[in-house]
Amino acid sequence: MKFKAILLTGRSLKQGMGKELSKVSEKYMESVSICEVHPKDAEELGLKEGDSIRITTQFGSIVVKCNPSQNIDKPGIIFIPYGPYANMIMGPDTDSTGMPSFKGLSAEVEPAPGERVLNVKELLSQHLRR
Amino acid sequence: MDLLIKNGVVYDPLNGIDGEVMDIAIKDNKIVEKIDESNAYVIDASNKLVMPGGVDLHSHIAGPKCNVGRMLRPEDHYKDVEPKTQVKRSGVGYSVPSSFAIGYRYAVLGYTTVFEPANPPLKMLHCHHEFKDIPILDKGCLVMFGNNWSVMEYLRDNKLDECAAYVAWTLDATKGYAIKLVDPGCVEAWKWGDVEFLDVLWGRPEAIDKPVPRFGVTAKEIVRGLCKVNKLLNLPHPIHVHANGLGTPGNYQTTIDTMDSVKDLAEEDKPIIHLTHVQFNGYAGSDWITMRSGAHEIMKYVNANKHVSLDLGQIIFTDTTTMTGDGPFEYKLHLLTKNKWTNADVETEEGAGLVPIHYKKSNFVHATMWTIGLELALLAKDPWRIFMTTDHPNGGPFTHYPRVMAWLMSKEARKRTLDKISKRARSRSDLDNMDREYSFYEIAIVTRAATAKILGLKDKGHLGVGADADVAIYDVNPREINPSSDYKKVRKALSKAACTIKDGEIIVKDGEIVKSIEGRTYWVKPNVPEDLMKAMESNLANKFRDYYTVEMENFKIPDRFITRSSPMPTYYA
Amino acid sequence: MVVIKNIVCPICGCLCDDIEATVEDNKITKVKNSCSVSATKFLNYYKERNLSPLVRKNGELKPVSLEEAVDRTAEILMNADFPVIYGFACSGCEAQAVGVELAEEVGGIIDNQTVTCHGPSALGLHDQGMPTCTLGEVRHRADLIVYWGSNFQESHPRHLARYSASSEGRFRKGRKERKLVVIDVRKTPSARLADLFIPVAPGQDYELMSALRMALQYDDIEEESVAGLPVEQVEELAEMMRSCEFGVLFYGLGLTMSRGKERNIDMAVSLVRDLNKWTKFVIMPMRGHYNVTGMNEVTAWQTGYPYAVDLSHGYPWYSPGETTFTDLLRRGECDAALIVASDPLAHFPKNVAQNLCKIPYAVIDPHLSMTALAAEVVMPCAFTGIEAEGSAYRMDTVPLPLRKVVDPPPGINSDEQLVGMILHTIRSKRR
Ligand code: SF4
Ligand SMILES: [Zn+2]
Repeated sequence: MKFKAILLTGRSLKQGMGKELSKVSEKYMESVSICEVHPKDAEELGLKEGDSIRITTQFGSIVVKCNPSQNIDKPGIIFIPYGPYANMIMGPDTDSTGMPSFKGLSAEVEPAPGERVLNVKELLSQHLRR
Repeated sequence: MDLLIKNGVVYDPLNGIDGEVMDIAIKDNKIVEKIDESNAYVIDASNKLVMPGGVDLHSHIAGPKCNVGRMLRPEDHYKDVEPKTQVKRSGVGYSVPSSFAIGYRYAVLGYTTVFEPANPPLKMLHCHHEFKDIPILDKGCLVMFGNNWSVMEYLRDNKLDECAAYVAWTLDATKGYAIKLVDPGCVEAWKWGDVEFLDVLWGRPEAIDKPVPRFGVTAKEIVRGLCKVNKLLNLPHPIHVHANGLGTPGNYQTTIDTMDSVKDLAEEDKPIIHLTHVQFNGYAGSDWITMRSGAHEIMKYVNANKHVSLDLGQIIFTDTTTMTGDGPFEYKLHLLTKNKWTNADVETEEGAGLVPIHYKKSNFVHATMWTIGLELALLAKDPWRIFMTTDHPNGGPFTHYPRVMAWLMSKEARKRTLDKISKRARSRSDLDNMDREYSFYEIAIVTRAATAKILGLKDKGHLGVGADADVAIYDVNPREINPSSDYKKVRKALSKAACTIKDGEIIVKDGEIVKSIEGRTYWVKPNVPEDLMKAMESNLANKFRDYYTVEMENFKIPDRFITRSSPMPTYYA
Repeated sequence: MVVIKNIVCPICGCLCDDIEATVEDNKITKVKNSCSVSATKFLNYYKERNLSPLVRKNGELKPVSLEEAVDRTAEILMNADFPVIYGFACSGCEAQAVGVELAEEVGGIIDNQTVTCHGPSALGLHDQGMPTCTLGEVRHRADLIVYWGSNFQESHPRHLARYSASSEGRFRKGRKERKLVVIDVRKTPSARLADLFIPVAPGQDYELMSALRMALQYDDIEEESVAGLPVEQVEELAEMMRSCEFGVLFYGLGLTMSRGKERNIDMAVSLVRDLNKWTKFVIMPMRGHYNVTGMNEVTAWQTGYPYAVDLSHGYPWYSPGETTFTDLLRRGECDAALIVASDPLAHFPKNVAQNLCKIPYAVIDPHLSMTALAAEVVMPCAFTGIEAEGSAYRMDTVPLPLRKVVDPPPGINSDEQLVGMILHTIRSKRR
């Protein structure tokens, strides 16, 4: 079971507070490894808050925690706060502006039972320093 | 090291020296009577023109507007680059050069002191930030007060002393040098987009008697009030006024009325009001079709009234950037030209706007503007009260100064340009019939001696003993050359100083920067009677909470931000 | 114990300057007037700090002397053909200035976080200009406040209360005298505060702005809906904008990062410019990092351009899309970097970040970050505005002095000092 969605990224208060603590602190990593989904979408996939979900775009795939949220007012839209998790599935092209396309990417969402959210070191070793 | 400039042909109008061959001796950073030649570095200036370092009293070189100008115009920069050298930082920019480039280019022209004419108090730290990065030049900044809520309220309530204390406090807190007024009262109206009020004002002399909505004080009252404040504080420079109605046909009358509004406040024979970039405020006619020069009318008044000084705001036919605290004018210019537009209103105080412009010879309005600037200069009887500027970069980049000097010195140079401008503009102008040609002596007056004097800089603009050792040497022999016909040679020589000395150091050699040093920051420290200051200050912190979005404590600029801080104390009248 | 007032908060572009801190034993123990983000910082800045310079040896970061770290950084930059100096959005203007000088000295690129926040705003400014004002103008005059693509409650927690809808100004007495409109793709906590929330369809901001411009001119919009909204709602919004006395459009990354990028900004500026035919209207980007605005200012007055400046030719050159750090990495063109108080590894798209991992780079940061963990050299620095003096520019370009409230941990230098040491080392090595 999976659904297609438009992926948005942005700031959240928790992420803002977490980053002031330290950008490798658990609190910060927790605050950016979530994905807000519309409650209806969550229900359809049988997802509860805190369940692991896999988000996949043409650029990559990452596991984060599901967070059914009122912030999403239309099904089919998902949101991940700015941070390393979101960036693992973002595209590099900047349309000659310097600015990558951080908002409005097509993505697929599926439950990922038993899969774990990676920590900083794992993100580094498994995704970046290859 | 001691320096001896030998056998130069010296023009030092403040000391009455008109082309005498003589030596100038320098010890440390001052001009001295004489030095031991055997221990001095000798500069052979024979057959060369020697003048004090140039002093510019109105050039937009630093602060928020300038930087918006840089960010607005990358296309301005690609074509004009300043490479890094052993002694120079790199830079770019034609009409809005980056900070380092400004210092180098002025020094190459033989200028050593330049005043930035319009910063809002709230953003003065920005000006000082940029001052730090403009090398070589001594600098100061004029602070805008003409639309300041507190000023307007004090004046409305006839609280002149408190107003003076407030202005003194602000100048001290922001390390400013003088009082600037930009389109007094009207910028406040523009902040509401109050176009109705502004329409009435633009180009209509009665405007300066119309109360500013919500503040109940007129432009004229603001000008008079700040003129009185200036006198109370004994500031070194008179109020520096960008009059209402800039860039509008018919505005010459507003300019005259503005000057006349303070006539009764004059005492001795010295200027108490400086009208700036008068070219932009010197239009007769009632619209862009009937527009013509108002220079005759303005100069008739200026020649007859010693309480006034003015600068030209000469335009150059080139692509440049207009920038002014006059937000409403820039909006109007944007509507006229359809060019990109930036506006920057500043809470409680002032505003600003920017629009790029290309002055074209074939354009009737631009051509007329060109004639007005030169007419003003040629009609002036007293060169000590009229100064050469292009209102950089509004009329054109300062790097074109030698061109303006050539126009002033040579009828033929003017004619060469007149031949190419809009026929209609030429036929309506008197410029063809004006024979006057400025001498080197007069050029020295309008570019350094008189500007230093009106700024109240006693050690600048001359080469007498005790003066700062700021000297410009140009590779042209004024005793031999005839600028009237050889204006191109003169222009070339004035474009690249053979040598510029600043603070006793050789900065420019053969038109190239050979050394870079830090310049001073001049600012005034007015002393106001303690009880008066206390009374004013007692409710200032509260007022800050009401009026500003910053705390009073953070508005005051700490000394660490002032480069070579040079405070000038003044005493309450 | 001392209480220090009127501290400028060095966190977000609001640069609130009324923070009150109680200092005991060189530690801040209490703060007043802070928002939650600010309080988190002021009360925890001394925790989880890396206090030792680190250099990678045999694949691992090892504590070293500061001299060694500086020396290694100098070597990395000197051995590179095309190094990048990047970051500084969380530094004082003084450190930023030294950063530009260093980039000039090594003949590299100087770039900053603007590239992934308001770079498109700079490009929009080049194209169209920008009618704007300081925040106090909004406080005193605005009766219509529009936030577009900005979740200000979470990104700039005190913006609403200090400067906009809920502030008390001379001519507007507070929230009741103003209308608040939020336009966004999500119903964020900010959107819930609005009098009117406009849920624009993702990636269709440009369409909505064009429609608003048409509606202002009373042109017929021959569609039933635009950007997911009924045309009537678009027309209503246009009327609301036209008929206010003073309107402001605050926009966030919702416009700069979405489809259209700088075209969105072109269109937003055009909309606001059009509105000035009817009323007073201004526009302002919601700048995030507290001094990213300052970095644009410093870079502009020193080099003429606001970010992404290439100093390898001996004079400044600028071509976003080419000289931007993201693009340089994407194409693998730069071969070393110095990163100051920034975490690009966590903030650039994966492929771009992977390329950063392939080149040697040094990091200056008060904290360890993901970027630091993969660096060749890491140098800890003080927090400017808390442990070191400086100055910064608010989102509306108002400059403010930054204070040193407490001493930094022993042996910890400011980023200004560290960048200065690197510069100095390079110069003396070259001599
Ligand atoms: S809103 Fe921003 S500047 Fe103001 S206190 Fe919060 S984090 Fe600091
Ligand atoms: Zn001017």
